[in-house]
Amino acid sequence: MTEEAPAPDGRLAENIVYFARALREAGLPVGPASVLDGIAAVETASIGSRDDFFWTLHAVFVKRHEHSVLFEQAFSSFWRKRALMEKMIAMMSPIAIDKRDKKDKPQAGSQRVADALMKQPAREEKDKEEVVELDARFSVSERELLREKDFAQMSAAEIALAKRDMARLRLPVDSVRTRRLVAGNGRIIDLRRTLRSAMRNGGHFVDIRFRTPAEKHPPIVALCDISGSMADYSRLFLHFLHAVSEKGRRVHAFVFATRLTNISRALRAKDPDEALDQCTKLVKDWDGGTRIAHCIERFNKDWSRRVLGQGAVVLLITDGLERKVDDGLDHEMDRLQRSSRRLVWLNPLLRFEAFEARAAGIQAMLPHVDEFRAIHNLRSMADLVHALGREMDARTDPRAWLAKASKAA
Amino acid sequence: MTPIPALPASIDDTVRLLSGADYVAGRDLATVLFLALRMKRPLFLEGEAGVGKTEIAKVLASTLDRPLIRLQCYEGLDISSAVYEWNTMAQMVEIRLAEASGDVDRTTLGSEVFSERFLNRRPILQALTPTGRGAPVLLIDELDRTDEAFEAYLLEVLSDFQVTIPELGTIKASEPPIVLITSNRTREIHDALKRRCLYHWVDYPNAERELEILRRKVPGVGKRLSRDIVAFVQAIRREDLFKAPGVAETLDWATALTELDAVALDPALVSDTLGVLLKYQDDIARMAGSEAKRLLDGVRTAAAHAAE
Repeated sequence: MTEEAPAPDGRLAENIVYFARALREAGLPVGPASVLDGIAAVETASIGSRDDFFWTLHAVFVKRHEHSVLFEQAFSSFWRKRALMEKMIAMMSPIAIDKRDKKDKPQAGSQRVADALMKQPAREEKDKEEVVELDARFSVSERELLREKDFAQMSAAEIALAKRDMARLRLPVDSVRTRRLVAGNGRIIDLRRTLRSAMRNGGHFVDIRFRTPAEKHPPIVALCDISGSMADYSRLFLHFLHAVSEKGRRVHAFVFATRLTNISRALRAKDPDEALDQCTKLVKDWDGGTRIAHCIERFNKDWSRRVLGQGAVVLLITDGLERKVDDGLDHEMDRLQRSSRRLVWLNPLLRFEAFEARAAGIQAMLPHVDEFRAIHNLRSMADLVHALGREMDARTDPRAWLAKASKAA
Repeated sequence: MTPIPALPASIDDTVRLLSGADYVAGRDLATVLFLALRMKRPLFLEGEAGVGKTEIAKVLASTLDRPLIRLQCYEGLDISSAVYEWNTMAQMVEIRLAEASGDVDRTTLGSEVFSERFLNRRPILQALTPTGRGAPVLLIDELDRTDEAFEAYLLEVLSDFQVTIPELGTIKASEPPIVLITSNRTREIHDALKRRCLYHWVDYPNAERELEILRRKVPGVGKRLSRDIVAFVQAIRREDLFKAPGVAETLDWATALTELDAVALDPALVSDTLGVLLKYQDDIARMAGSEAKRLLDGVRTAAAHAAE
């Protein structure tokens, strides 16, 4: 290289670019704009300690609380070499104390920087491994099957047919009235538009304009059971949710078997196969056992306040066959119903003519849902879409099922 | 007029500035705040209720001696209550007067009626208007309560610090306001908006910092009692609760206990006053009685170990 004294900014910028790449690998959405921000921030902050440097980059690169942990791991492994870190700080320091010192051994410094850059791919891999290890430690149940399953196992013809049909499904037309006002035939006079229209005709006559409350589609929150007995249905249902969110509807999707996973982000991929592929990667307990009460408790505590705020409809897709039923299930279902505008339970077991609400889990959950529907084929899916747009009807009233079960007993 | 205090020059300066106004901030918050002030970027603060997000804006406005303009978000918030509104009544009177005086020229009347004279400025437009006291602090509080449409509108305001009024043109701030946005995370804010901001998650403070906050905000609490309170609250946050108590609840509880002339915590006292700390019936039922005693014993043992 021909440069005499390497521009400190250049090195720093380069390293931040590489660091950003490492973050992207680790799964943080870091765009080129944030890299520029990062460089600007480090220059502005004139860092004095490792801590300040950490929080400076954290301020720019981390946009979600969940990403903090990933960032921390990436940061500590990327900037592991203390010497590199100190070098950076020295370069950025506004007071150039040890200028002579720096001149004495510029080779060593740039060598170290070069080393760090060379070794970067290996480090990235390590990051990934660490993340996986961390996940593995969280696994709770011994029944849980930690395996990555391919969606391709479903017959191709079936998938194609289902997808085509789902794409043709009309969106649920349910809407909730908001407090926002828009132009329309309401009862509130819109003075601004009235005046503008009067201006247009020179004020000879005044045509009064009105405003009306806006309506919008409430978000859909789906809690989908993916335990062994449910896997086939939930897969199709994820296709359905993908189709719905494609059409601009806000969808928050969660899957659970032994633990709850949020897959809303993954579902946002344009291509349904890609979206489901990403889901499979996220979910570690595919086809495992079921712990409904535990998963609903996690949803209530960790997510309900974040996703149920806007009058959401909750779709709970499970067969309700909980192994161990105690008070917890009853309690958590109660809480879930209280915090959602409408709770619909979709149960594939309803496809059997002779189905009766006998199982303990079903008995515990049924009193707390607003609607109880079948979900086993495309037809019932279409029914669901229509039903969301209407008031509840007697056929899906959970109390009817309970009464039938007690009569039979 | 006194000169406007300068913006902090370093992270240490920022820590000093905040602590001067009795806001005990960690190094992390000071760093991100300093960067936001320096880079003139909005600061997006997320965190549980009652950890002091809104307080930051108030402290910033008072220490920097700038006007605080607060926009409390709610469902249905629209441009006419957040940005600007035409004073239609006054406009109509103006038209009537022009008619009476007989010189009704359409174009001049139009430009006169839609002039700044008839514009009611709401918080966001106010924040873009020069104040003579430096850029104001604009607090957009609880953004998660409003809807996506308003969030999308904010994009223009936050990236270019300008507002477009169809009848009047574009109004641009000569000096960008200091923008702080808070969210309780009852809804995910869109990435496009977050991208324009610096992000910070305001966490519960550690025991040491919480003790310092308590000492400054409720000075009348005895040393032993405040240590007990903080240790207990820190312990209760580690329990699996529906809603863990925030700093605001800690301060309320300390005030309540001083009102009751308590000198130290005991299980009965904790059970009786738990409603100040926890706001969900499930949580209270879980923590009352023997659970409170267990936690308190744990706290005591830990304190005894630390003292040894």
